[in-house]
Amino acid sequence: MFSFCTDPSTLETAQWFACYLTTGKHQLFYWSFLTVLALLAITAPTALAFGFGGAIAARSNIPPVAWFGKGYIAIVRGVPDIAFFLFFVIALDQGFEWLRHQMLCPDWSEPIRQGNDFLVCPSAKLPLSNAPQWIHEVYGFFLAVLTFAIVFGAFAANVLFGAMRAIPRGQLEAAESYGMTPRQTFWRIIVPQMWVYALPGLSNLWMVLIKATPLLFLLGVEDIVYWARELGGTALERFSDYPHPDWRLWYFLALLIFYLAFTRVSEAVLRRINARLTRGQATIGGT
Amino acid sequence: MTCWETVQAYAFRSIGYGERLLPREDFTLCQHFTLIGSGMIWNVYFGVLALLAGFFLANAVALAKASRHAWVSKPADWFILIFRGSPLFIQFFLAYFLFLELKQAGYLPWLTSAWAGALIVLFLNTAAYSAEIFYGAYQSVPRGEIEAADAYGMTGWKRFRRIIWPTQMRLAWPAYTNEAIFLFHATALVFFSGFPASRQQGDALYYANYFADKTFNPFVPYPILAFYFILLTLVVIGLFGLANRRLNRHLPVVPKIRYRPQILR
Repeated sequence: MFSFCTDPSTLETAQWFACYLTTGKHQLFYWSFLTVLALLAITAPTALAFGFGGAIAARSNIPPVAWFGKGYIAIVRGVPDIAFFLFFVIALDQGFEWLRHQMLCPDWSEPIRQGNDFLVCPSAKLPLSNAPQWIHEVYGFFLAVLTFAIVFGAFAANVLFGAMRAIPRGQLEAAESYGMTPRQTFWRIIVPQMWVYALPGLSNLWMVLIKATPLLFLLGVEDIVYWARELGGTALERFSDYPHPDWRLWYFLALLIFYLAFTRVSEAVLRRINARLTRGQATIGGT
Repeated sequence: MTCWETVQAYAFRSIGYGERLLPREDFTLCQHFTLIGSGMIWNVYFGVLALLAGFFLANAVALAKASRHAWVSKPADWFILIFRGSPLFIQFFLAYFLFLELKQAGYLPWLTSAWAGALIVLFLNTAAYSAEIFYGAYQSVPRGEIEAADAYGMTGWKRFRRIIWPTQMRLAWPAYTNEAIFLFHATALVFFSGFPASRQQGDALYYANYFADKTFNPFVPYPILAFYFILLTLVVIGLFGLANRRLNRHLPVVPKIRYRPQILR
């Protein structure tokens, strides 16, 4: 990075750290913070969309659809989510490969599950075995996003379902007396108004989502936890230009501070949004 | 091996009794159930102890937070902020490496093993979450009850113990029940963060993951894990419901506890 970094063993402390903290691996570490932010930026709207769909399904008048929606909401109850994360990543991966296998290799005669192995035909592998490394990484990230969206979508569905029912009955009656169809009532009365009821729950969910991002590490994505372990571990003189003892404690302290700051900022922003949304509402909070 | 032999061999595998080697091939459903159930011992151990100890610390922290003196309330604020504002996952890692440093410096080497180190993290974590709940309940104790206590001439500790605290617990109980459930769910994180499992003695998720890795089939072990956790959740709801009934026994209608999942922390 800097011109004086050519021979790290001769450097003063301040310069040594300037060089150490700007090595190629550290830059990957800094980029991985963006991975986390990208995950949040993609997952939050996706989960909200899943949640919206789930809530609509749960409200449906058609029993099977309502069962599906309610089942989706209920499925996350009672089980630790980390189990869902571990489960969905394998299950989704196998599901995709199985679908591709059915489409691409219809004449494949051998069973897919052979004892302890899951074998699909080579052209159905995801990603293809000859694909470059970045495709593998993007695919892993995509699976992670989908898993997060499924799990958090169920929680968002729970919140939105409650918010839709919290709309005062009189509003719906007024809509009916104007001759609105149920569909019109839903899109013109319920959807615009439900957000203020949903906001406390969704804020809570956002905080939980932030705090769930370290689980990316378990899903095999090279995120901040991965790099903190990698970079913090003891670096021996033989393998590294910057030998140092076990510094993982300090790396994780930095992650802790990052998360604390992030949740603090989110809290402040959400409080402002809440104040903005409650303005003009006929509730205690609104003026 | 019959199923009963499997149970004998692996029922206490997670705490080091029975067969030393885990099954390696030809996994049966019985093995799944036995080993994952054996791992649940650890989940219950962490959950129960952290909850019991955390209850007392949480009460103290909630009172400290409500204190008028800044030098008492500020540390409580910070304690709650740090443990509620950061992921439990990171807290586990941080604690593990902290204990590792301590061990290398020659202090308290047993803290690096999960049974002690992870328990301490879970204890502090649940104390912070519960303290926030208890603090909120403390704030909503009706003013009239305190005035009544004053009218009877109760002050200080007596007023707190006889009037404020029972009402505070009563108000906090539904939220505290949910906290207890999520604490049990959080115990599943223990062996997936810093703390390593020694001699393959892990919790339920550890074994479920072991089977899923070996068979490459997630559709058997994880539903079994889910089954056990739903069972555990029902037990927790039942026990806390009993406590709830007792706390509200003077009321004509006992308020029901609504189970509202909050997931992860």
